[in-house]
Amino acid sequence: MGFKEFCFKKSLWLFHFGGASCNNCDIEILDCLTPRYDVERFGMLLVGSIRHADVLLVNGSINQKDKKRLLEIYHQAPKPILVVAIGACGCTGGIFAEGNTFAGPVDKIIPVDAYIPGCPPKPEAILAGIVKLLNKKPEQHKSA
Amino acid sequence: MLKDLFYYIIYPGFLFVAVSGGILAWFDRKITAWLQFRKGPPFLQPFYDFFKLLLVKETILPAKGSKITFLLAPVFSLTGALLAGLLILLPVLNIKSGFSGDIIVIFYLLTIPSLTYIIGALASGNPLAAVGASREMKLIVSYELTFLLIIAAIILKANMSIKLNEILLVQEDSPFIGSISGVLLFIVAVFTVQAKLGLVPFDMAEAETEITHGFFIEYSGTPYAFIKLAKYSMLFILPVFLCSLFLGGLQFNGLNILWSVLKLLGIVLLLTLIRNTNPRVRIDQAMRFFFVWMNLLVIIAIVLILFGL
Repeated sequence: MGFKEFCFKKSLWLFHFGGASCNNCDIEILDCLTPRYDVERFGMLLVGSIRHADVLLVNGSINQKDKKRLLEIYHQAPKPILVVAIGACGCTGGIFAEGNTFAGPVDKIIPVDAYIPGCPPKPEAILAGIVKLLNKKPEQHKSA
Repeated sequence: MLKDLFYYIIYPGFLFVAVSGGILAWFDRKITAWLQFRKGPPFLQPFYDFFKLLLVKETILPAKGSKITFLLAPVFSLTGALLAGLLILLPVLNIKSGFSGDIIVIFYLLTIPSLTYIIGALASGNPLAAVGASREMKLIVSYELTFLLIIAAIILKANMSIKLNEILLVQEDSPFIGSISGVLLFIVAVFTVQAKLGLVPFDMAEAETEITHGFFIEYSGTPYAFIKLAKYSMLFILPVFLCSLFLGGLQFNGLNILWSVLKLLGIVLLLTLIRNTNPRVRIDQAMRFFFVWMNLLVIIAIVLILFGL
């Protein structure tokens, strides 16, 4: 692992994109920043601007209107950017997969680096997903 | 010549200021984490952040807006911060005595980072950045007068000498914090530094929750790394400046190193505690705070100095 890759993995800044979410996943993501789970141990911070982000967290079912916004956010992000799909809706569509406004799970729209299933996933599951993301080899990252 | 280059680039210039600033930034984040019963980031976290932004991330330029100004603003902010650091540290560490009137040059140089943030934000063409820039402008207007009055009071206390080295010599036996006027001035100076660093009660210019990092919203990659470095440097320089104005400066020889480091960490701890125990104020509240209350305290302190207290 080179110096660049090491620094990148040691300081991942998260940007949170909520699609048409029921807010359970949003709350579980925020749980990870609280004293009990504390992802700042791994150097992660929640940032407000997509220009500072290294990881795009996507949760909720993506409908036709969200699709445009998700693509725009993805193109505004500075590369390299990792995408994590959180929750059943983000990974597969969940109970909304058959809906007529549903625009496909996240990996049909943008390349996804890690999936964290669950409805909602527990904070422990999100941390386990993050650790798997950190241990992933760089050549396995999909390019945009 | 070679010695001067060593002073400017390694110790106490660029590298020393940057590394110490990074360590203090870690200290600030760790104390914040402890106050919230968290574990906090690892020791080298600010350096990881800086190198990630500098080497890995892509730099995106705004489509609408002045690209050259946008890119040059972080460079100038870093230059201003490091020049101010050099002018402060050379007399404080007793390497060179400086020149007459250097405290006024330092005052101007310490304003440059805030000014260049405003210029860069307005060059990016983002409306949220413009909101942040206008808030920072109002904040500068409110705290600069107080800061100037503090420096005037210090000059008055140091028998009208406008040289940092002479101010330090006056404090050799009894630092200025030992008098009533010194304590008043120190309280005001801590709040002014808080506003200058953009820490929480006065962070309305980069309010993450309402205007998403305000004037830094469009910065990514290398320019943002420069901004981070300028912020780290300011986090080191301003406490050193406070130390030299009130606590009798820093000595880096023998056991005095421990005492100097404790002084610095104490001031940063104070700033962090204020940052973690206060909510963000509105811009009009901040202006009233500085214009009315802080200026009043400084004027009381100046009157006390005239009476010799």
